[in-house]
Parts: sequence; C-alpha cells; structure tokens
Amino acid sequence: MQTLTNRSKQVDRSPMNFLERIYLWNIFKGMFITFKHMFKKQPTIHYPEQKRTFSPVFRGLHVLNRDEEGRERCTACGLCAVACPAEAITMEAAERLPEEENLYREEKYAAKYEINMLRCIFCGLCEEACPKDAIYLSETLAPSNYSRKNFIYSKQDLLIPNPKTETTDLEKAKGK
Amino acid sequence: MTFLTIDWLFIIEKLVLIIIIILASLGIALYTTFAERKVAAILQDRPGPNRAGPFGLLQPLADGVKMFTKEEIVPTHASKWLFILGPGLAMVASLMTCAVIPWGGSVELFDRKIDLQVADINIAVLYIFAVVSLGIYGIMIGGWASNNKFSLMAVLRAASQAISYELAMGLSLIAVLMITGTLSLNEMVKQQQEGLWNIVYQPLGFLLFFICALAECNRTPFDLPEAESELNFGYHQEYSSMKLGFYLFAEYINMIMSSAVMATLYFGGYDIPFVNDANLYASIGNWAALLQVTSILIKIVIFIFVFMWIRWTIPRFRYDQLMDLGWKKMVPLALFNMLVTAFIVLLKHNGWKF
Repeated sequence: MQTLTNRSKQVDRSPMNFLERIYLWNIFKGMFITFKHMFKKQPTIHYPEQKRTFSPVFRGLHVLNRDEEGRERCTACGLCAVACPAEAITMEAAERLPEEENLYREEKYAAKYEINMLRCIFCGLCEEACPKDAIYLSETLAPSNYSRKNFIYSKQDLLIPNPKTETTDLEKAKGK
Repeated sequence: MTFLTIDWLFIIEKLVLIIIIILASLGIALYTTFAERKVAAILQDRPGPNRAGPFGLLQPLADGVKMFTKEEIVPTHASKWLFILGPGLAMVASLMTCAVIPWGGSVELFDRKIDLQVADINIAVLYIFAVVSLGIYGIMIGGWASNNKFSLMAVLRAASQAISYELAMGLSLIAVLMITGTLSLNEMVKQQQEGLWNIVYQPLGFLLFFICALAECNRTPFDLPEAESELNFGYHQEYSSMKLGFYLFAEYINMIMSSAVMATLYFGGYDIPFVNDANLYASIGNWAALLQVTSILIKIVIFIFVFMWIRWTIPRFRYDQLMDLGWKKMVPLALFNMLVTAFIVLLKHNGWKF
C-alpha cells in the first residue's frame, strides 16, 4: 500500500520476549524518555508577558481611519454594512457643516457608526468594500468583557488617534 | 530536674522535637504538592504553576486557602462520625510514622545530649508496619462512611491492594533484618555508617520494597483506589473542603514517610556518604548533626522525585494485573530473595569467608 508519509510504522505483533515480559526494563525505558523531556525547550508562550506576533494577514479589531490631516475618511456610504455577512455594522449619516471641514473629509460623514463585536466574524469584507479606505482590520483581538452591551463598539472606540493632535497615542497604537 | 521521679526536661525535649518534626513534615508535604505539579509540568514540557508569587512558590498556600474556604458537605446518608473520623485517621496514621525515624545523630544543647529521634524503640520496623497498616483504615472508614458505591469499590481495592503488597514488603524487609540482626532503625543506621549501605547487599530487596511502597502509598501505577476513569474520584468522592485536603495531604505525608523509611533501611539514613561521621562530630560538633539531617532530607527529596517521575511516566495497572504482579511475581521474588539471603547469612555464621 502506498503510504502518505515515510514516517508510518508497521505494528509489531510478535510475542513479547523475556525482557519485555519482565516489564521492568520497559519501565526504565519509559522513564528515560520522560527524563529526556526535562531538558527540552518548553513551547509555552507566557501570555500576558509575551505575546505571539500575528501573521501579516491577521484580521483583528476594526479601526476607522483618518487622512493625513486628521479628518475622518468615512462618508457613511453604507457599503461596509451591505457587505457585512453578519450584519454587525450599523451607521447613521449626517451632513458636514461648513465649520467642520477640518473634522470630516467629505461632505457626508457617519454621525453614528457601530460594530457589534459579538456578531462580527472578522471576515474583512467591510475592509474590501470600503471605497474610501476608511475601515481596516487591525492586528489586535477584541478584548473580553462582562456585558453584551459593551461589545457594541461605537465610533469613538474605533477611530484611530488623530495624527495631528494625538501623535503620541498614534505611535503607541502602532506599537512603537 | 526531676519531679515525681520523672525527668521533665526529657519530656519537654521530646515535645519540642515532636512539634518540630510534625511541623516540618507538614511543611514539606505542602511543598511536595507544589513539587508534584512542577515535576509533572516539567516532564510534560510545560511551565507549571508560576503565577502565585515568584516561580509560583505561594501556590500551595493558595491551594490551602481554596481548600479551607470550600463548602463542607456531609452527605445525608453518610454515617457522620465515621465520615469525619476517616480523614483524621488517615492523617494521624501517616504522621505517626515519623516518631521512630532517626532524623540525625545527636546534638548537645544545655549540657544535654539530645537524640534527633522521637522514640528509639527497639521494634521500630514493626511499629512502622503496624502504623502503615492502620493508615488503610482511614481510607476504608472514609470510603465506607460515604455510603457511595464508587467509594466502596475504591476502598475494597485499596484494602486488598494494601494487604497483597504488605506481604511482599514484609518478606523483602525480612532479608534486611537478617543482615542487620536488629529491628531498631537507629541501630541499622549505625551499622550502615560503619559498613556499606544495605542497598549493596539487597538490591533486589530494595526494588521489591520500593514497588511495594508505591503500592502502599496508592501512587501511580498502583493508584487504583482513585482511578478516575473507573471510580469517578475513588474513596474521597464525597469529601469536600479540608476533609478532602486531609486525604490528599495524608497521601503526600505517606510518600515522605515511606521515602524516609527507605532511606533509613537501604540508603544509610542520616549517614553522609564518603564522610566519617564520628570524625565530623569531633571537628564541628552540632553542625555535623545538621549536616546529617540535610543528608537524610536530600535522600528523601530524591526518593520523592523518583515517586513523581514514575507517576508521570507509567499508566495505571488494570486490577487483575495488579493482583497478578503482587501475588505471582512480587511474593515469589521476595521469598527467593529472603531464602538466598538466609542461606548466605547462615554460611557466614558458620565461618565461611567471602
């Protein structure tokens, strides 16, 4: 029979010889194996102190992007909400006032933007649907929480720090 | 200081010694539970408990607090007094062994020569056997009083296992007794200090004794009384809170005590290897006794490590295999060992030179 790997071994069903029947020898062999394990490197990652780096394509918690001048990119077009297979995204649009031009990039913006992290399946379709490069999936996990209500992330939770006014926060968020 | 023809200082001295030894064995047992988890973890390539305190060293205290704060449950249909008596008896029996073990030579304090042994009785080996057999009562009473079929099955197993293995244990011990010609543990240690350790004369006897000690302590591969896959939790199924803690604790104290007995019988007790203890006493006095205590403690620690090492290596026996090993292999081997030893001792008595 063709084997998938060359590691498979035929089961040995020959009757036990004297050394095997005496049992003690095999115990010593087993104990030697466990003894060798004492000197093996532990694969453990000590979680709160050490964190495993995610792969570059990891899809984690969403962020809402700003442009270079710190204006929100989202125009509340609703394409992400339409693309979302879990129906986790809801939003309400509003019109930008003349004095808010430094806050929002386009004439229309999202007055309310919520993602329910319990519904979200982190598929990244919102990221692909967005025509304005406004929503991205970052490389962090959604932290645990005690109540369901707190899993609905509002716009303030999702927006990245303003690159103009909150530079230190932004650097911290980028992990530098 | 004598009053009513009783040497009161002697009583005080012994009382202090008893308190120290009991507290020390409780403390060691506490950290044996920690060591068990750590050893298991290291053998399985895990870090083990490492959150409570530095390196997880406060873990046993956290476990203790957990045990104390759990709800104390006495099942409705359990016989109450026996149910309470069980863990206490297990604990007392396992602690009683330490009375006859010589923990070191003697120290000179306040112009008195204090032996580091609570009672140097001349039938110490018999005493240990009696107390070890008593220990099984703690388990039996607890399991019976629980009024639970799983516990009952567990104690049936525990009792028959203890009886079967005590036989082989006794037979392997007789060989040692024939060589040393004494039942006093202190005397045995003195002989081993002068000559070679008994393990040199009795390697097979030691192996048998060690296997029987594993069985007596209900340690893997002989932990059938607490076989989770068959008996849920074994004889302490119905126990909670500190009563359960007592049972678990008694197991670890048993382990320490059987290690101490093995060290005393076969590995020279408090003898420091490659050092003449008498000369050491002459040069550094009381510190020599301390070194001797350290010596026996190191031996105990090594034995406990081997116990754990075995536990995390070998799977549990099936019950018929256990009985098969006990009666068909251990007892004949022990008998053979005893007869060969007897033959050689007899030859030696008749003036044969080896």
